[in-house]
Amino acid sequence: MPEISRDEVAHLADLARIDLDDAELDHLAPQLNVILESVASIRGVAGDDVPPTSHPIPLTNVFRADVVVPGLTAEQALSGAPASEGQRFSVPRILGDEQ
Amino acid sequence: MSTPWIKKTAAELADALAAGEVTSVELTQAHLDRIAAVDGDATAGIHAFLHVDAEGALAQAAASDERRRAGAPLHPLDGVPIAVKDVLATQGLPTTCGSKILEGWIPPYDATVVRKLKEAGLPILGKTNMDEFAMGSSTEHSAYGPTRNPWDQTRIPGGSGGGSAAAVAAFEAPLAIGTDTGGSIRQPGAVTGTVGTKPTYGAVSRYGLVALANSLDQAGPVTRTVLDSALLQELIGGHDPRDSTSVDQALPSLVDAARQGAAGDLTGVRIGVIAELSGEGWQAGVMARFQESVDLLVKAGAEVVEVSCPNFVHALAAYYLILPAECSSNLAKFDAMRYGLRVTPDGDPSAEDVMKASRDAGFGDEVKRRIIIGTYALSSGYYDAYYGQAQKVRTLISRDFEAAFESVDVLVSPTAPTTAFALGEKLDDPIAMYLNDLATIPANLAGVPGISVPAGLAEEDGLPVGFQILAPALADDRCYRVGAALEALLTAEWGGPLLDKAPALPENGAIR
Repeated sequence: MPEISRDEVAHLADLARIDLDDAELDHLAPQLNVILESVASIRGVAGDDVPPTSHPIPLTNVFRADVVVPGLTAEQALSGAPASEGQRFSVPRILGDEQ
Repeated sequence: MSTPWIKKTAAELADALAAGEVTSVELTQAHLDRIAAVDGDATAGIHAFLHVDAEGALAQAAASDERRRAGAPLHPLDGVPIAVKDVLATQGLPTTCGSKILEGWIPPYDATVVRKLKEAGLPILGKTNMDEFAMGSSTEHSAYGPTRNPWDQTRIPGGSGGGSAAAVAAFEAPLAIGTDTGGSIRQPGAVTGTVGTKPTYGAVSRYGLVALANSLDQAGPVTRTVLDSALLQELIGGHDPRDSTSVDQALPSLVDAARQGAAGDLTGVRIGVIAELSGEGWQAGVMARFQESVDLLVKAGAEVVEVSCPNFVHALAAYYLILPAECSSNLAKFDAMRYGLRVTPDGDPSAEDVMKASRDAGFGDEVKRRIIIGTYALSSGYYDAYYGQAQKVRTLISRDFEAAFESVDVLVSPTAPTTAFALGEKLDDPIAMYLNDLATIPANLAGVPGISVPAGLAEEDGLPVGFQILAPALADDRCYRVGAALEALLTAEWGGPLLDKAPALPENGAIR
């Protein structure tokens, strides 16, 4: 039976870049446990001889001709940006003090 | 009194346009009026639409009428209005996916499905409500408030495409586009008494469809009749070089199959009833209507046998590992940098701080649950036990389908275990919510096509029941043939479409 602690949920949320507060952790952690318990039945169902499926319809190398097609203009690409400067996305600092 | 335009099927509207009995502007205006009268908002009314584009739709309709006058329509459905689920990118129209994180986002490009609709001349009425990023079975996980079931406005319209199904059921649109990742076209169809089709995976382009789970997502038709569904799938389907998972192979004619089926003769068709999709947890009224439909198919000449698909019992668990795994990866792109919501915490926050605050503020509970489960299932210590196992179970489910289709042409089951439940009933109980998709999920895991056709009303609550038909990959025509036959037989018994039995909706022109 998988058991996922409140601390583990906080760690996973951190990995997933979601800033959960205490109230959210209290609310979501028990629900996540219930979900994991309900999917745990899958362990051991298929043996080593069963190949995994990642895609329902088998496909092999999909290529297209190497031709130039029109893409978005800089203006279009930036049209939804929270902040932009010139022809670039403007973002917060990406390095911490220690770097 | 003749039937009002909004109650006619898309095929009838196409004929009326071709015969010059009505203009596209008149049809489009009639549907806009209906939307204004019954759609309401987050607090009351059907609330099928998140955005209505009256001006744009009327302009497209006027252009369509011009073409008709010049004798040069682009397509038989040229001028027939349509609604589009808010998960498909529409250039110039907001696309939110039911999420706060995309509030106000206006895509700079069209999804291929949308481009095809525009190229065929269908005026786009607006964008329909949905569970946030298509995660849900009730449309209650929309950040903009739930859609209400036209049969009973205290009940869910299904999900995630409850907006598209309710729009069609409430006569706000003759046609709509939905997307089906685990049943999001078929289950809303079942609980609203409408037709919903999930095409073969890859038969309709996913380009411009905001991905929930790439290997499961499929766009398809939401309509009131099987023939309308066939007409719409033929229009939006086909190979698209912009989608690398698009199938480069033509399907048999779906419209021909629907017309053949409507004649009501199923002599020689072999139908398998899936043994695993019945029993405990299945509502009595659902099973009763299902059995009556099966009996009708037998009367129409079909051979019906029971078929076992033993691994279907593991489908739900496999799905709720594969889907979160894929969605946790797909939704990583909502990083507050290039589009969407940006929340900047106090002080001197880093990009990572901004990302975390934005994703916390922009995503709802269900999205957070699934992203975290997916992150867990993909983490190194658990990968083999969960995600790896789920992928293997996916193989076993495909093998069950293959084995079944060696002895039968189509498989059938009820579309959903119950009729529409009350709004709020399962909102904070994820497992109870997930169980709604029990019968629809196997098709997504295996990539096969499926259709839900209205099968009548459950005796205990008077609410619609759906009948699901599944066929082998690329044999979508079989869904349409059997679906149209059942529709014709049932409609004859009822003396008209099931939606004739739906309550009249209160009209409130002053609501918006």
